[in-house]
Amino acid sequence: MKAASDIQQSGLTSRRKFLSGSAAAACGVALFGLGGCMAKDESGVILRPPGASEEFLGACIRCGQCVRACPYNTLKLVGLFGQGGTGSPYFEPRQVSCEMCEDLPCIKACPTGALDPQLTDVNKAKMGLAVLVDQETCLNYLGLRCGVCYRACPSIDKAITLDARHNQRSGKHTLFLPKIHSEHCTGCGKCEKSCVLEASAIKVLPRSLAKGELGHHYRLGWEEKEKKGSSLIPEALDLPDRMPEFTPPSFEEVKP
Amino acid sequence: MKWLILRRLSQLAILALFLSGPLLGVWITRGSLAGSMTLDFLPMADPFTLLQTALAGHFPAGTAIIGALLVTLFYLLVGGRVFCSWVCPVNIITDVASWIRKKLDIKHTSTVGPGLRYWLLAIACTLAIFSGITAWETINPANVMARSLIFAMQDAIWMGLGLFIFALLIKGGWCRICPTGAFYSLLGFVSLTKVKASKRENCDNCNACYQVCPEPQVLIDPLKTTGSSPVIRSGQCTNCGRCIDVCSQDVFRFARRF
Repeated sequence: MKAASDIQQSGLTSRRKFLSGSAAAACGVALFGLGGCMAKDESGVILRPPGASEEFLGACIRCGQCVRACPYNTLKLVGLFGQGGTGSPYFEPRQVSCEMCEDLPCIKACPTGALDPQLTDVNKAKMGLAVLVDQETCLNYLGLRCGVCYRACPSIDKAITLDARHNQRSGKHTLFLPKIHSEHCTGCGKCEKSCVLEASAIKVLPRSLAKGELGHHYRLGWEEKEKKGSSLIPEALDLPDRMPEFTPPSFEEVKP
Repeated sequence: MKWLILRRLSQLAILALFLSGPLLGVWITRGSLAGSMTLDFLPMADPFTLLQTALAGHFPAGTAIIGALLVTLFYLLVGGRVFCSWVCPVNIITDVASWIRKKLDIKHTSTVGPGLRYWLLAIACTLAIFSGITAWETINPANVMARSLIFAMQDAIWMGLGLFIFALLIKGGWCRICPTGAFYSLLGFVSLTKVKASKRENCDNCNACYQVCPEPQVLIDPLKTTGSSPVIRSGQCTNCGRCIDVCSQDVFRFARRF
């Protein structure tokens, strides 16, 4: 009897050990699964400080020194359940846009070079690209004279210009359509911040998301023409003009 | 209690260095445990975090390398896992949970072997190589906890609660598993300052040290195996000094490795 109870006892402990061991293993696997899922989610719609490269999350040690260096509290750290990599720096222009400090304190504070120290001119920063995402609510598109984004832009008339177009609705007014030039836009987000609407019609997006890319074999005829100084094909080529909606006169009409 | 009190003071003082800036406007140390700058001239960086960026394919700039070297040198002198017991805020959580376990007399729960941490260390490094990002840092509790306390983020609550419950369920909690601890334990295998069972012949087998030690496996050989060195050579020892505190026979003391 004693032996039997001993066996039962050891059976109990080994079962307990097995169960607790499995529980521990399950915890570990769950943690790694969580880590894996979150790691996958790192390339979200998120704006980085100036000088951050595409491989930012491979270089950033997530120490937060750039956040401390930012004099305007623009930069924040991603939370555990946030998008873009826990503890890495980002900013939300609609809350606090980048003031584009000339001395780039965030880059100077970065110990790893994840924020590229080669970037010394803040006007060459590429934090994102402003996009007028909603033409239905943009006041200038509606024909009103807002243009606040245009005037808030630190690179006024370079990064944002106003394109004058005929207002077909009224028939006699001009639309001043904000147009963004990616070459000059730093993605500071002053435009998004200043948009007078309840939700901004102009938003800064990561460049990878916002920018199109021409096929590399594309050649723009007018540019090539300018480069060469003359047309690339013989000017003589003149196709016959065909007028649209031309119906030949009917037999009835021609008949005298 | 001497070493325990000193340890708590050290842990709190380090947090205070980071928090005096945002709370009082007196800036001493900026950044977090992953990387920091003290008084605008002393850089420090967590060598394990930096190693991950290197494995992810990024060659770090000078400041971080100097910082990581300084930190590595420091722990080679004072003991590798001194980070765990004297610096890392997770230690406070694990210790509180252990204390509650003792008060509630929780004995039969899961334990984790001391080797698992090295597997996690290997996985964290592998993740960095294959993902090209410091993927482990997305969740790394040691860094998340320190950062969220220093930057007053909500994460401190969730991560703290998670680590607390984890430490209630599993003896030794996260500190038994943590890859950051595993990394520092590698330094601990060669570091200078060690605990020594210098008067092991006085041991009266009361088991107090074994009960209180977060890594009891490191005690067995130096204390009980005749012929082996009385120095606790294992890198897994955190140099917390609890064994020195609790031993009624004054068996243990801090000593040099050699």
